Formats: sequence, structure tokens, C-alpha cells
Amino acid sequence: MANALISVPARARRGEIIEIKTLVSHPMETGYRRTQLGARIPRDIIRLFVCTYNGTEIFRAELHPAIAANPFIVFPTVATESGTLTFQWTGDNGFSATESAAITVE
Amino acid sequence: MQRPTSRREFLRAAGAAAGLGLAAAIAVRPAEATPAAMQDAIRKVVGTARVSPGRVKLDLPPLVENGNTVPLAVSVESAMTEADHVRAIHVFTEKNPQPDVVGFRFGPRAGRASVATRVRLADTQTVIAIAELSDGSFWSASVAVVVTLAACLEEA
Repeated sequence: MANALISVPARARRGEIIEIKTLVSHPMETGYRRTQLGARIPRDIIRLFVCTYNGTEIFRAELHPAIAANPFIVFPTVATESGTLTFQWTGDNGFSATESAAITVE
Repeated sequence: MQRPTSRREFLRAAGAAAGLGLAAAIAVRPAEATPAAMQDAIRKVVGTARVSPGRVKLDLPPLVENGNTVPLAVSVESAMTEADHVRAIHVFTEKNPQPDVVGFRFGPRAGRASVATRVRLADTQTVIAIAELSDGSFWSASVAVVVTLAACLEEA
């Protein structure tokens, strides 16, 4: 449904700090805009982004309407072990998107 | 007999009316966060703790051409160990419709306290980033930004 782009290095040294980039397609409608007829466009945003590393939560972001459309978030983490990183976005109108990426740590 | 209104009286009356109109226009402006609303939002996050300036680096372009996507980066000087790490970073604005922009939660596993995202800015204003450390202290940095094309106000 939702398009998400993730950038995670495929392999990393143990203990190395890696940078994760995430982008998800979403209009992030603020709820403050009006149509030309003056009707208010209802809010439709992603409210929460959570990243887990082999099941442990490592990063969380609470988003508000002031985040630009197609939320782009860059954050670091320490490569501790091989496994999967799971990314989850949840928001208004039952929006939910999940994406995962594998990492090999040596 | 009634004296015709003099030019001076007319101008005075017109000036007063215009002043009233302006005051009314300000009063009915759409929802907008004020510096006071931002302070309230900050209080909700930090409680009664003192927020000291320093340790936080907030990167925003000083002149923004398009307020709809503004790159924002925050980093905090921290060892990011179990004993001493950044718990959260919050970003607030003065003049967006809502003062809250984003809240990031970290742990020592982040390795380094730095995040980047893209935000919307509705007006020329001051943006503040506040970091919450594991020892319960709060640190902040603020940047004044000039916005030429405002976000949030255009019609769809």
C-alpha cells in the first residue's frame, strides 16, 4: 500500500555506528488547509514511527503536522548483531505501513 | 445648525476606524501558536525542570525559500553510554499552527545522538530543539529562520 524506502547498510562491523535513512510516501495533510470553497481539509498524518532491531525498540519518533509530506527520518544505531530491522509507521485513518531490512554484522 | 465635518475630524475618525479594523483582523487570525503557546508546549515536556542552553546543535538553513520542506538536523554532545545518554529530542516552533514539531526517543543503542528530518515552517520564526538527558537535565538550542514561502496556508 504505502511506498517506503529504507537505506540500511547490508553489512557492518560489530560496534560500528550505522546511519539509517527512511522515507515513506504520505501526504501528511495538516488539517489547517482549506479548499478553494473554504472547506477545511481534515487532518491525515502519520503520528508514530518505530524502529526495532531484532525485536528491541531502538528509535521512536512522534510526528506532528509540522513534518513535511513524505516523512524522511535519518537516525543512527550501533550494529550489534546480524538480524532484521523492522520499521513501522502508524497514523490517522488507520494508516499503517511496515518495512524491514536485513543486516549482516561481522 | 450642524457644522460640516472638517477634513481633520474626518481623518481622525477614519484613522480610529482603521485601527479598530486592524485590531479585529488580528483577533480573528487563524489558529497560530504564539511564543506563549510554545512555552506551554515546552512545559508539558520538561515539567518544572530547568532548560539550559548548550550541548545541542540545531541545523536549519537561515533563509528558507519554501517552508513546505525544510531540512532539519539535531545533534547532541553525549557519550551515549548506559549511564549517560540522550533520552529524547523535542523540536518546537513559535508560529506554526501548533508548537510541536516532532519528538524523537533514543536509547544508548543509538551510539550517537543525531537525527535529521524535513519539517514545515509557516512563518519567519524561531525554532527550538530541547534534549532530555538520562540524568534528567534538559538542554536547548534555538535558531531564527527567515521563511519566504510559508507552509500550511496555501489552498489545495
